[in-house]
Amino acid sequence: MGIVSPGFFGRRRRDDPALPPGQYLTESFPVLSAGPTPRIGPDEWEFTITTETGQVHRWSWDEFLALPQEDVTEDIHCVTSWSKLGTTWRGVSLDTLFESVESDCEFTMAHSYGGYTTNVPLEDLLGGKAWIAHEFDGAALEPEHGGPARLLVPHLYFWKSAKWVRGLELLRQDEPGFWESNGYHMYGDPWREERYW
Amino acid sequence: MTGDLDRYDYLDGNAAAGPLSEIFAIDVLSARGRCAACGRTDAMATARLLPHSHGLLLRCPGCSAILLRLVDTGHSVCLDLHGLSFLELRRQQNGSQPNPPQPT
Ligand SMILES: [Zn+2]
Repeated sequence: MGIVSPGFFGRRRRDDPALPPGQYLTESFPVLSAGPTPRIGPDEWEFTITTETGQVHRWSWDEFLALPQEDVTEDIHCVTSWSKLGTTWRGVSLDTLFESVESDCEFTMAHSYGGYTTNVPLEDLLGGKAWIAHEFDGAALEPEHGGPARLLVPHLYFWKSAKWVRGLELLRQDEPGFWESNGYHMYGDPWREERYW
Repeated sequence: MTGDLDRYDYLDGNAAAGPLSEIFAIDVLSARGRCAACGRTDAMATARLLPHSHGLLLRCPGCSAILLRLVDTGHSVCLDLHGLSFLELRRQQNGSQPNPPQPT
């Protein structure tokens, strides 16, 4: 039964060691969205990290761009079975953003403009594994792909890389986000094919 | 909900007919549903469906809130109806007359 269009599937190279099980290679960049594309200007954009005590760490667009920037090349894997290898991004490491944050929590919820949420364990955001990305392929990230900025957690299925991200909320206990509350896996490791409950 | 649903390339609710008819014995798309967010009440077929999503989402044409969410996990179908505060499911009718009571 085809709820999700199978038209995205590209070439399959089963022998490619970069390809997780059940994935197909694509050269394009399919757009999957749960809703309308929010249009957020730099003046209204902000990114926050909210701790369990209610302390809010806040960055305006200019403050965010003034932080150390990293250029990364990563493979991305969508749960609808496409993978795109060697994608290039520019953004701020979550290690940088969490430098000033004190928390005992092990879990986070990413919140997006437009209302989308997704849960990611804190340790999956730290250690050089995740970024707030604002450029893709050398250009400003387009709204369809999550611009002005999206979460980039490439070692998990791409629904965890929340588009239009506006903040991270630290949680004492893991809670399901938007898709995780209706069928999608709480963690989403593509190498273990953690697609659904 | 911020955004531009009208600018989006949406389909009408009839595009959800296949997956819904697999799990409902009655035609949900001709049922009238009430949006839990704004109260708009109309046939479910008037809802809007964004074609490229991780699951099937029907959104209110009035306020764009989600009315119905369906994810097919392969071994199960997960259905979230919390965006609907009311659903009127009508029995099939023959012509303009209501069905007579069935003899038992
Ligand atoms: Zn509504």
